[in-house]
Amino acid sequence: MALSQLASSSPSRSVNLLKPLLSAISLHRPISTDTTPITVETSVPFTAHQCEAPSRTVQTNAQELLNFFRDMAVMRRMEIAADSLYKAKLIRGFCHLYDGQEAVAVGMEAALTKKDCIITSYRDHCTFVGRDGTLLEVFAELMGRQAGCSKGKGGSMHFYKKDSNFYGGHGIVGAQVPLGCGLAFAQKYCKDEAVTFALYGDGAANQGQLFEALNISALWNLPAILVCENNHYGMGTAEWRAAKSPAYYKRGDYAPGLKVDGMDALAVKQACAFAKEHALKNGPIILEMDTYRYHGHSMSDPGSTYRTRDEITGVRQERDPIERIRKLILLHDLATEKELKDIEKEVRKEVDDAIAQAKENPVPEPSKLFSDVYAKGLGVESFGADRKEVRATLA
Amino acid sequence: MAAIFQGVGAAAALSSLPSNSFDSNKSVFSPRRSFSVRKGASFAVVRSDGTVNLNPKGRRTQQLIPNAVATKADSAAASSSSKPGHELLLFEALLEGLEEEMERDPRVCVMGEDVGHYGGSYKVTKGLAKKFGDLRVLDTPIAENSFTGMGIGAAMTGLRPVVEGMNMGFLLLAFNQISNNCGMLHYTSGGQFTIPIVIRGPGGVGRQLGAEHSQRLESYFQSIPGIQMVACSTPYNAKGLMKAAIRSENPVILFEHVLLYNLKERIPDEDYICNLEEAEMVRPGEHVTILTYSRMRYHVMQAAKTLVNKGYDPEVIDIRSLKPFDLYTIGNSVKKTHRVLIVEECMRTGGIGASLTAAITENFNDYLDAPIVCLSSQDVPTPYAGTLEEVTVVQPAQIVTAVEQLCQ
Repeated sequence: MALSQLASSSPSRSVNLLKPLLSAISLHRPISTDTTPITVETSVPFTAHQCEAPSRTVQTNAQELLNFFRDMAVMRRMEIAADSLYKAKLIRGFCHLYDGQEAVAVGMEAALTKKDCIITSYRDHCTFVGRDGTLLEVFAELMGRQAGCSKGKGGSMHFYKKDSNFYGGHGIVGAQVPLGCGLAFAQKYCKDEAVTFALYGDGAANQGQLFEALNISALWNLPAILVCENNHYGMGTAEWRAAKSPAYYKRGDYAPGLKVDGMDALAVKQACAFAKEHALKNGPIILEMDTYRYHGHSMSDPGSTYRTRDEITGVRQERDPIERIRKLILLHDLATEKELKDIEKEVRKEVDDAIAQAKENPVPEPSKLFSDVYAKGLGVESFGADRKEVRATLA
Repeated sequence: MAAIFQGVGAAAALSSLPSNSFDSNKSVFSPRRSFSVRKGASFAVVRSDGTVNLNPKGRRTQQLIPNAVATKADSAAASSSSKPGHELLLFEALLEGLEEEMERDPRVCVMGEDVGHYGGSYKVTKGLAKKFGDLRVLDTPIAENSFTGMGIGAAMTGLRPVVEGMNMGFLLLAFNQISNNCGMLHYTSGGQFTIPIVIRGPGGVGRQLGAEHSQRLESYFQSIPGIQMVACSTPYNAKGLMKAAIRSENPVILFEHVLLYNLKERIPDEDYICNLEEAEMVRPGEHVTILTYSRMRYHVMQAAKTLVNKGYDPEVIDIRSLKPFDLYTIGNSVKKTHRVLIVEECMRTGGIGASLTAAITENFNDYLDAPIVCLSSQDVPTPYAGTLEEVTVVQPAQIVTAVEQLCQ
């Protein structure tokens, strides 16, 4: 009962009288940082393959739930805004939106530290934000401006943030999984005691290189966690048409797997924490996040030719990740409806400000075309006395 | 000097690390190495002209021409000082370079099929697994796409893997990883990640190995932006290029040749590397510039013998750096001789020779007295039959004819 905690010990009768006063105060009250544990049960139990499923009861607290809400609101708003920007032709090329799947990004972050690595494919805007990427970097990169995280040279599919161990951002389906296993190898080599989460989709799950990489990771006992974000459609192809065995968590065969309700941020958090602990001791594990994307595969895909609008609205009504957290917050009285709406308004403003700032940002200089093709030099003195530069530019 | 201190520092650091990533019992330095470090030998930097026992111009007609074919003990290579050096075969030179770099930097690791316990299919990694352990010399399953990808992922974090393709042709399976990730990540991440990986392996036409095992991947990889490609041809430059490639912050593809692994040469004892972007002057001359690399260097030198007897004076340059081209050395040579012959093992269509022809024409057209002649392999899958295979690649006789025609 957060409200009553703030009010001086007033009998319950006078709460009603105090409510207008309190609501005035509440506008200035900061987001609850209450860390008393709240126990929540996930709506769907975990299904396990070759391992013991973690418990359905998740420990959380007010601060975490409100952070989830806020972060997911930011992500949702950002993706919707990107949709408008794309239609306004400020974002070009490919733009793959993540709305609907936010719970995976926030739940994962809650279970990890910044020492753990995350690598994903092209649907990376929200994962980037989860890894402390700023909205300005996102919108500037999407619009091809200098302030973008890749200086405008990567685009929607190439977001990277080295200082928070976010390794992108990859356009070729499935190619990021061997890279992710390489990251896990480096972590084992350097004895980092950290893990790598390599994310891929249900479409990429049919790539051979996944199984190759999983095999090597299992042989070398690498702390790699392969996360299949199963949104049930590989672009326009439904999973039952693409995979003989759509039980992606079982596909690892010798590697244990866990199927998780990917629309429930707390379930995701529980599963990721479990997986991290497992991978550090026993090698690779597969997580299948049962999730859904509201948009089509990308902005050029309406998303309705291969699935019904009823299905989309159905999922939105029943399983929307933000609504879930909202209900949970309201149930435990951690904030009022109005406060949550205020948060959303604030988020909207934040996103709009970032877009405005990004629009002002200049495009990269023409000379930047040739920068960062190669890293400079060998790092050792190896040249003779009069070594000249190569004349022709082959950068 | 800096490198020697780095080496000593690394050695000290290695032995003091409580949680070594490799078994410290195995970090025994071979006597040769510690000997040179103790003596405080200078970091011998040898320019490519230094490797040939140059005579002043007036005496070139009496100049000895190195043998065109393998196995000779030529003391010309150890030229930096009067140190006698030591003799070894090309694969041993690669091994030596790799071993030295692994000792120097604990982040260097080797990945490939049969590189560990088996010792490498061409013995380039022989003994390394015993010395450095299974975490630094890694036997992979037959999964080029993924282990190349893993090498690139590890490189993104700062490790320096050396990925071996048992035969370069197998790396076609990893083309996506090499092109999109290895080459492009530095650029698409806005400079955040460097990929200090070395991808190496033998390629080229061997002795009746069949079409699929006789591929020249340099022609396929040359367009990938962001990578460097070098081709070694002698034990001296093999070791030097291997070491430079490992130390480079850029991804480097080191092309070896199946038939050159048993070349013998005397190389210096002290630590040295070869400049990755530099071409090697094999034989200075006046009449024609012959540009070549890898195995064809030896066919050219064999032809050069015949040409000298016929009174020609060819300048032979081993371009070594396939991407980017060393247009400085090549340009100076073209300005001197005004005639260019390219001898390569790639196929006619889309090979290194094709690109080199274009690059020279674009930059030095005014200096050319005749069109550039490019001798390449035939545009056919390499046949198994020995007689046919011989005709597929360029032979010394063809080189002689071409020079004669060019110099008319």
